Amino acid sequence: MATATGAQERAVSREKTGSGKLVGRIVQYGLMSLLALIFMIPIVWMISTSLKPKAQLFEQDIHWIPQTITLESYQKILANDAVPVGRWFANSLGVAIAVTLLTLIVDALAAYAYARLEFPGKSILFALLISTLFLPGMMFLVPNFLTINRLGLLDNFAGVIVPGLAGVFGVFFLRQFFEGIPKELEEAATIDGANVFQTFYQIVMPLAKPALATLAVITFLASWNDFLWPLLVLTKPEMLTLPPGLRTLQGAYTSEYGQMMAGAVIAAVPVLILYVALQRYIVQSVASTGIKG
Amino acid sequence: MATAVTRESAAVRPVQGKRRFSLAPYLFLLPHLIFFAGFVAYPFFNGLLISLQSYNFLRPDRTKFVGMQNYANLFTPGSVEFQPFWTSLGNTVQFVIYSVPPLVIIPLGLAVLLNLKLPGRNFFRAVYFMPWVLSIAVVGLLWWWIFQSQGGLINYYLGRMGLEEPQWLSTLPWAWVAITVATVWWTLGFNMIILLAALQDIPDYLYEAASIDGATPMQMFWRITVPMLRPVLLFIVTTSIIASFNLFGQPFLMTGGGPALPEGGGATTPVMVQIYNEGFVRYNLGTAAAMSVVVAAIMIVVSVVNFKVFQQRD
Repeated sequence: MATATGAQERAVSREKTGSGKLVGRIVQYGLMSLLALIFMIPIVWMISTSLKPKAQLFEQDIHWIPQTITLESYQKILANDAVPVGRWFANSLGVAIAVTLLTLIVDALAAYAYARLEFPGKSILFALLISTLFLPGMMFLVPNFLTINRLGLLDNFAGVIVPGLAGVFGVFFLRQFFEGIPKELEEAATIDGANVFQTFYQIVMPLAKPALATLAVITFLASWNDFLWPLLVLTKPEMLTLPPGLRTLQGAYTSEYGQMMAGAVIAAVPVLILYVALQRYIVQSVASTGIKG
Repeated sequence: MATAVTRESAAVRPVQGKRRFSLAPYLFLLPHLIFFAGFVAYPFFNGLLISLQSYNFLRPDRTKFVGMQNYANLFTPGSVEFQPFWTSLGNTVQFVIYSVPPLVIIPLGLAVLLNLKLPGRNFFRAVYFMPWVLSIAVVGLLWWWIFQSQGGLINYYLGRMGLEEPQWLSTLPWAWVAITVATVWWTLGFNMIILLAALQDIPDYLYEAASIDGATPMQMFWRITVPMLRPVLLFIVTTSIIASFNLFGQPFLMTGGGPALPEGGGATTPVMVQIYNEGFVRYNLGTAAAMSVVVAAIMIVVSVVNFKVFQQRD
């Protein structure tokens, strides 16, 4: 797997002595490590701040590892009914799980139709779907807000969940995967007397597990992190999800940075765990957006 | 492809020589189509309609059709809406100019570095990409704390080095610097991953041939790497412009849109925050809808122009 700049580097090293190459390696590692350190600093600082007692927030000398490690910031926000962080966490989790499951079902069904079934109007519908990719999301804020209001879904989790199911990314993503499955498998099932729903459910869906897992992970992430839409739809303190909740936390008290960072850690840790565990899926899905573009 | 005929499935399947219409494909489509119709297709037109109304959210019965009045207000100097709207749009354009170059150049540098295939590169790739998985609410709050002039991390170290300690979030140009730094940290991993994937697709023999011809690494970068990356660079530049055009959470959480400008409005209030304030704080939803339509039209034009410019050079 020697590639692009790998070859470039070999070309360079040919002109260099052995020690020159070693120096090059050290410089490269040094640079990458320095950058990694810079990237980690904000996250380390967030965690460090959240674990300090309030008196040690504004010290003469900054301590990256708190002199006294305490969970008092966490205890305070979890016990405070004005900023029910525990409730927000549960709300975020419920909404994200609902959005993920529903998106997988809705998008997989539609994607299969676009990938494999023939029906009048298919190409027109698909072109319509593609054309919406070029429409900026801001156009939909006001009219969708009014639709949700008319449906009586303001301050209701359904008002956050439902508009997300209209997205077209998952349909394109799964369609592409379904098209890569050998047709013979489905044909064999049809010959054995399976109808189209059985073929879809028993043959195609099990084969599509990797793609479904990838879509699930990025859908969950997007829903868990969404800020603007829940900020519009949810207003009652006990109904918020974590991102708009953090906004409330920020506005509630001045200079309670320990508590604010504790809230930020609570919102960040689940996605960071998810990222560490499922990095491959997330990175692959991003790389595939670029190749399509 | 010889089996094309036997492969016709579902809706139009030959049954005893006749084509039978099947409902099944539409049942597959139905759930997505309902949501798509309700929350993409319908609001596309409804948004245009709302922009032609003086919309009264609290008393919907008082909503009036006003034709192009909302648009006229946006384009009439001296109207209440004119100055804040164009100032905020100017702010957004400023941010696009500040943020897009680092969001293309830094990820390109990181991608080249990662593509050297050093052992452990997967670890570094994972670290650089990590901030991208965080919510803007976390990112905004975190950098707001780091850039605080009292107790903030940056001014602590600047003070230690005996340097000037700016009021990052409430003075210019520092407020833009803070917003841009937070944004670059948060999103550059996305572009980096896409560029890295593209770098790995460049065939090795191009570099080998060039090195036989005595090309230097810099020549190879500019004559092979950059031209080969052009389609992906177009994608990155376009998506970065659009992402930066949608700037909302960073100033919303970090600067509150300030500092205030002498002529009114905030120096870091982007057009998205202006639309938010107009529509969801003051509930002038007709005006907010008209603003959204104007900005969306500008964004579509920018993407198309961008696309054409890059295409022509091929």
